[in-house]
Amino acid sequence: MEQPPSPQDAKLVERLRAGDEEAFMELVDNLNPSLLRVARMFVPTSALAEDVVQETWVAVLNGIHRFEGRSSLKTWIFRILTNTAKTRGVRERRSVPFSALDTEEGGFEPVVERSRFTGTGHWAVLPRAWPEDRLMAKETRSVIERAIERLPPNQQLVVTLRDVEGWTADEVRNALELSETNQRVLLHRGRGKVRRALEQYLSEEQ
Amino acid sequence: MSIGLAHLNCLELVELVTAYLEGDLSSGERKRFDAHLSACDGCTMYVEQMRRTIELTGTLRVDNVSREAEEALRHAFRDWKGR
Repeated sequence: MEQPPSPQDAKLVERLRAGDEEAFMELVDNLNPSLLRVARMFVPTSALAEDVVQETWVAVLNGIHRFEGRSSLKTWIFRILTNTAKTRGVRERRSVPFSALDTEEGGFEPVVERSRFTGTGHWAVLPRAWPEDRLMAKETRSVIERAIERLPPNQQLVVTLRDVEGWTADEVRNALELSETNQRVLLHRGRGKVRRALEQYLSEEQ
Repeated sequence: MSIGLAHLNCLELVELVTAYLEGDLSSGERKRFDAHLSACDGCTMYVEQMRRTIELTGTLRVDNVSREAEEALRHAFRDWKGR
């Protein structure tokens, strides 16, 4: 589902077309880290991902006069990235095809260990309330960061885009060309592991 | 995603939490989910922990653009503008 063009997008596009360098750099600040992350899914090295992103920005500038606002600017830019990255990924003979996003983590992966439940599927060991003071401590945030780093790449990407960067489900689905179900499954498994890492950390004696 | 018409156990509920929080459950499924929550402290705590996890993840810092990349892109912009 495409969002209607926002007034912010219209304004930004106008500034870009007028050659406003600061408008461009604002856009770069906002999107570059996510562009790199997504590009990395298509090509085998970070260096190649950087090339793809650079190529994408040039294509964005060259095509900005053609942008019609039928999708959001962000969606449009990520579509250019995906096309650029795919072309590059094929040229560079990417070892893992992008379609692996759908199948890589095949098989059922329970979000809570089976041993936490009784034979009839009720909690055997109830989740315990988290101590608020420790939850809000800086160290807890590093625990989350490390948990996200340890996720399989596809879960890591979806959790980062959705929960760290605040993308909507539709934005993620469009940029990564994922089905609704796959987007949700990757998010579900990724978030579940982050919660487990927090639970583990917060249940340790200090 | 479909779940049985009868009641939902805790093992099943935890696998539906993301669909629940995303608003992707049908109204019937949502009713069964809420009914289970109202009678189960463990699952209520679990859903609360998921909410807190998402909330805290949202406070992490987003990466910055490297100085090198920024310079390269400024140049690309000036080349484009100068054409």
